[in-house]
Amino acid sequence: MLDARIPSGPINEHWDNHRDSISLVSPANKRRFTIIVVGTGLAGASAAATLGELGYRVKAYTFHDSARRAHSIAAQGGINAAKNYPNDGDSIHRLFYDTVKGGDYRSRESNVYRLAQLSVEIIDQCTAQGVPFAREYGGLLANRSFGGAQVSRTFYARGQTGQQLLLGAYQAMMRQVDRGTVELHTQTEMLDVVVKDGRAVGIVTRDLVSGEIASHPGHAVLLATGGYSNVFYLSTNAMKSNVTAVWRAHRQGALFANPCYTQIHPTCIPASDEFQSKLTLMSESLRNDGRIWVPDRAGDTRLPGDIGESDRDYYLERRYPAFGNLVPRDVASRAAKVEVDRGKGVGPLANGVYLDFEEALRRLGQDTVRERYGNLFDMYHRITGESPYETPMRIYPAMHYTMGGLWVDYNLMTTIPGLYALGEANFSDHGANRLGASALMQGLADGYFVVPYTVGDYLAPQLGEGLVPSNDAAFVETERQVATRTERYLSIGGSRSVDWFHRELGKVLWEYCGMERTADGLRRAISDIDSLKEDFDRDLRVLGTSSTLNQSLEKAGRVDDFLQLARLMCVDALHREESCGGHFRVEHQTDDGEARRDDANFSYVAAWGWANGHEPILHQEPLTFDHVKPAQRSYR
Amino acid sequence: MHLTLRVWRQDGPGVEGRFETYEAAGIHQDMSFLEMLDLVNERLVTAGHEPIAFDHDCREGICGSCGLMIDGRAHGPQGSTATCQLHMREFSDGDTIVIEPWRATSFPIVRDLVVDRGAFDRIIEAGGYIGAPTGSAPEANLTPVPKETSDAAMDAAACIGCGACVAACPNGAGQLFTAAKVAHLNLLPQGQPERWMRVERMVETMEEYFGSCSNHGECEPACPKGISLDNIALMNRDYLLSKIRNRKLGGQR
Amino acid sequence: MLNLRRAGRERVRRAPWIVSIYRTDTGKKYAMAISGVVLLLFVLGHMIGNLHVFEGAHGGTFRIDEYGEGLRDLGEPLFPRTMVLWAFLRIPLAAAFLIHIHAALALTRSNRDARETKYQSPRDYLAARYASRTMRWSGVIVLLFLAWHLADLTIGVEAVNPDFVRGSVYHNLVASLSRWPVWILYVAAQVALAFHIWHGAWSLFQSLGISNPRFNRFRRTFAHAFATVVVAGFLAVPVGVALDIVS
Repeated sequence: MLDARIPSGPINEHWDNHRDSISLVSPANKRRFTIIVVGTGLAGASAAATLGELGYRVKAYTFHDSARRAHSIAAQGGINAAKNYPNDGDSIHRLFYDTVKGGDYRSRESNVYRLAQLSVEIIDQCTAQGVPFAREYGGLLANRSFGGAQVSRTFYARGQTGQQLLLGAYQAMMRQVDRGTVELHTQTEMLDVVVKDGRAVGIVTRDLVSGEIASHPGHAVLLATGGYSNVFYLSTNAMKSNVTAVWRAHRQGALFANPCYTQIHPTCIPASDEFQSKLTLMSESLRNDGRIWVPDRAGDTRLPGDIGESDRDYYLERRYPAFGNLVPRDVASRAAKVEVDRGKGVGPLANGVYLDFEEALRRLGQDTVRERYGNLFDMYHRITGESPYETPMRIYPAMHYTMGGLWVDYNLMTTIPGLYALGEANFSDHGANRLGASALMQGLADGYFVVPYTVGDYLAPQLGEGLVPSNDAAFVETERQVATRTERYLSIGGSRSVDWFHRELGKVLWEYCGMERTADGLRRAISDIDSLKEDFDRDLRVLGTSSTLNQSLEKAGRVDDFLQLARLMCVDALHREESCGGHFRVEHQTDDGEARRDDANFSYVAAWGWANGHEPILHQEPLTFDHVKPAQRSYR
Repeated sequence: MHLTLRVWRQDGPGVEGRFETYEAAGIHQDMSFLEMLDLVNERLVTAGHEPIAFDHDCREGICGSCGLMIDGRAHGPQGSTATCQLHMREFSDGDTIVIEPWRATSFPIVRDLVVDRGAFDRIIEAGGYIGAPTGSAPEANLTPVPKETSDAAMDAAACIGCGACVAACPNGAGQLFTAAKVAHLNLLPQGQPERWMRVERMVETMEEYFGSCSNHGECEPACPKGISLDNIALMNRDYLLSKIRNRKLGGQR
Repeated sequence: MLNLRRAGRERVRRAPWIVSIYRTDTGKKYAMAISGVVLLLFVLGHMIGNLHVFEGAHGGTFRIDEYGEGLRDLGEPLFPRTMVLWAFLRIPLAAAFLIHIHAALALTRSNRDARETKYQSPRDYLAARYASRTMRWSGVIVLLFLAWHLADLTIGVEAVNPDFVRGSVYHNLVASLSRWPVWILYVAAQVALAFHIWHGAWSLFQSLGISNPRFNRFRRTFAHAFATVVVAGFLAVPVGVALDIVS
C-alpha cells in the first residue's frame, strides 16, 4: 500500500497546511545543495529557474541544442486557470471538480485541488514574464472555452500558447544561467539515475556530440522529461520525445503508475501514407466552431461539397446533444473510430472524418475565422495542400499525451527518496484522462510552485552532507552499465534499422493497446512485443561509432526502453478490468458504448515495480473521493 | 517522384566536408521533406552506409530544430514554412535538390547538416527575459496592455529560433532573431524596467557572434514565422536610445 | 560548450561615449546612416548647382561660373574668402566620406568573419536586391570616380584634364565631357551612384530606427524618388553635352 503523504484537514487547506509544516532550507544554506533538473520543458525550465532564484545550485540538462526546443513548445490551445475573469461562474472548486470528473475519477483529489489553486498564480507569473496572452481591446486578458469546459477559463497566445509559456520559463532559466545559479548542459542525454543507499544521488549522461559518458552528482534529482506517446511510433509528440529517463528511474526502483492511461487527441491530420513519421495535431479549439461529420452512407466517395445536408451525419451533435462537438477528448476520439470502422471514413485512405467550418464562415465571416484559427488553417494547408476555407478539414485521432508516469507522492517525490518527477513525466493529476489546456497548467504548477517548496523538505535534514563524489563506486558502476549498453547496440550488427523496430512496435500497440483494448488483444500484444524485443536484441543494426554525433545510436537506446515500457503498458491495461478515460476495454462498456468503470475494484492507482525482467509487481494507492462523488460520466 | 539529392556530408566539427550524390526514387508527393530524408536514410542503413545526420524534432514547425539550405534558400522554396513542413509536392519529378547546412561562423557544423545554434542562447541569456522571480508577480489584469501592443509583441515572440535569418543573411547577421526578442519584451509594459539594459546587452552580445545588418531584407522572407524587419528598426532605435537616455528617470512618465 | 565568440570581439576597455558607440557594429551603422544623410544632402545640392549649366551665359560670364565663385565667396566679408566653403562644406564632407568608408570597411570585415566558410552551392536570393548586395562595389566605383572628378574639375590635374582653366567651370566641363571615354565614365558613375542611393536612402531609416508601420512604405518610395531625381539631374549635364545643348 503506497502512502501519498496527503496532508490532513479540509481539502482547500491541504496545500497551505503542508507548506506551513514542511522543513525549510535557509537562504544562506540553499547554495550548499546541488539540484539536478533533467529536461527543460515547461516543468523542468520553470523548476530550474525558480530553484536558481531561490539560491540552490542547479544543474539543468537537455538533449536539445537549446533548452527552448523542448516539446512543450508545440502545445497550441491554451492553459486553464480559475481566474473567473469572464464572470461566468468559474471557481477553484469548479476547475477542481471538472478535472477530477474529466479524469474519470482516477486522480488524487488533493493534488488536483492544489493544481486548481495554483492555476491562478501561474497566469500572474507568466503575464509578469511577458507572455503575450491574447487580450481584449480594453487591454485585459481574453479567455475562451476549451475542450468541453462549460466556462471560459482558457488563456491563450494565438495557437502558440505552449511556445510562449515555454519561452517564458526558458527565458527565466536563462536569466539564472547568466547569474550563475543554473549550469545548463545542452546536447546531453541522461541515461541513468544513480542510487546509493536507497537515495538518488546523481545521474549519468552521454554527451551527444562527443559521446562522452559522465557522472553528475546532486543532492536531489528532478526528472521533467515528458511523456511517452512516442511508444506508439506515430504520435503528435516530437520525434525525440522518449521514455528513457523515466524508464531508467523505474528500473532503479521508482514505481511506474498507470502506464495504460494514454490519451488520444481527436483532432489530428490523418496519415497520408506509410512513410508518415509523425502526426500533426490541430488544436482542439477548432471544435469550438467546426462541426464534425461523416457521410451517412458507408463508402460515399463524393467530394464533401457534393454531399448534401441530408446525407451527412453530424454524429457528435446527434449522440451528445448537450456537449455536441465539445465532448471530452476520449469520447470524441472513440466516436470517430466508430464511424471510420463502419466504413464512413473520408479522404484518400478513408481514414478521417470531416471538421467543417462552412457554418462558422457563414456565421462569423472569413475575417473572424482567420483571426481565431488563421495559423492553424495555414498549417493544415501546408501539410495537406487543401484550404480549410474552401473544403472541410479531415481529422482523425492520434496518440497525444500520457497520463501515466512515475508514481509520486504529494511532494512529487517518487518511491526513490531524492528523485522527483514533474509534469508529464509523473503519473500526474489527470487521472485516466486529461482535459484540454490542463497539461501546461500542470507542468508549470509543478515547476514554479510545487517542487521548489517540497524539495526543501527532503534537503533540509541533509544540511552539511556533501555530494557523493563522482568516483564513488555507485557512479562508476552505473557509468559502466551505460557504456556497456551503448556499445552493445553498435555490436549487434544485425540487419534492421532502429526505425523499423520502432514502427513495428507502434503498429502492435496502436492495434491492441490504442483507442480500444481487449484481453485477447493485449495478451497477443505482450507476446508480439516479447518477440520483437528478442529480434531487437539479435537483429538491430546501428552503424557508426559511439564517439561522434550518432542519431541512430541515440534512438536505439530510446526504442529499447520503449519496447520494455510497451510490455508494461499492456500488462497494466490487461490487469485493469474496467474502462476509464483513455483506457477503454471493449469488455467493459455500457449498452450505448460508453466507458464503464468498476469503482468497487479499481479505484486505485496501479503502480508497478520493476522485477529485473520478471513479471512486474503491482502496488496500489487507493483513491478516495470525499469531494467529488464518482458518477458515470455523461455528456449527453 | 525520382529525385537526385546533393547532400553536404561532414564527419565532425572542423573537418573537411563534401557533397555526396544520392538517388531518391519512389518519393511520394505527400511526404514531407524530412520524411523523404528519413526514407533515404533507411535505405542508406540497409546498404550499410551511415545515415545523413540532420536536426529535427517536432516536425510541425514550432521547435525550430530543423533548418536546411535547400537549393540556396533557407528552409527551401516555400515561403513562411520551416523545413519540416515543406512537402515534396513543392518539387517536380527529376529535380536535383542541393542540401547544405546553415553556414555561419557562430553556427559551427556538428555533423553533416547539424549545426550548433548555442550562440542564440547566449543572446537570450544576456537580456532576453523579464526578471520576474516566481511568486513575486502582481495580479495579471493589474496592467492593461493595448491589444495592438500585445499583438505586435506576439508577432515578434513567434520566433522559433531556427537560425534561418542568420543562414539567409548575406552578412551572417543575427539581427532578426535578436530584434524579435527585443521587440517582444520592449513593447510590453512589463518589459519597461529592463528595457535599456536589455537592448544594450543583447545587441552587444549579438555582435560578439554575428555579422552586421545591411538591410538586405533577406531574413524576412526566409523566416518561417514571417517576423518583420520593422523589429530591427525598433531594436536599432532602442539601442541608440539606451546610450542616450538618463535611466534614473525611467520611473517618470 | 564551444567558445563561439569571434576573435577580437571580446569587450574592450572603456572609451569616450561616442567612441564606444562607434566601436559596435550597430554604432557603425548609425555612423553610416548619418554620414550617408550628409552625403545625400551634398549630392542633392551638387545636382541642383549643376543645373546652372543650363542657364548659359549672362553678361559675358556663364551662370555656373558665377555660382562656383559664389561658393568660394560664401560668408564674405565676415569670413575670409573660401573659409566658409572649407569649414562648413568641404571639411565636413570629407569627414563624412571618411567615416562612411571606414565604417563600411570595418563592417565588411565583420560580416566576412561572421561566415568564414561560404555556402558551397549557389544562393537563391529572395529580397536582397542587386543594389543592396553590390553596395560595396557601387561605393568603390563612386569613390574612384570621385578621385577622377576632383582631379578633373576641381583641382585640374594636367594629366586628367589638359584644358583645365581655373574658375571656368562651364568651359572645363564641356572640355572634359566632349571626350567620349570621359563621358562614358561620368554616365557609368552616375548609374553606380543611383544603385548606391537606391538602397542607402532606404536603409538609413532602418539603421536609425525610423520606423512606423503607417509610413514605412513611403521610405522605399522616398529612396527610389531621391535616387531618380538626383541621378537624372546629374545625367542631364553629360546628356546636354552630347546633344550639344551645352557646348
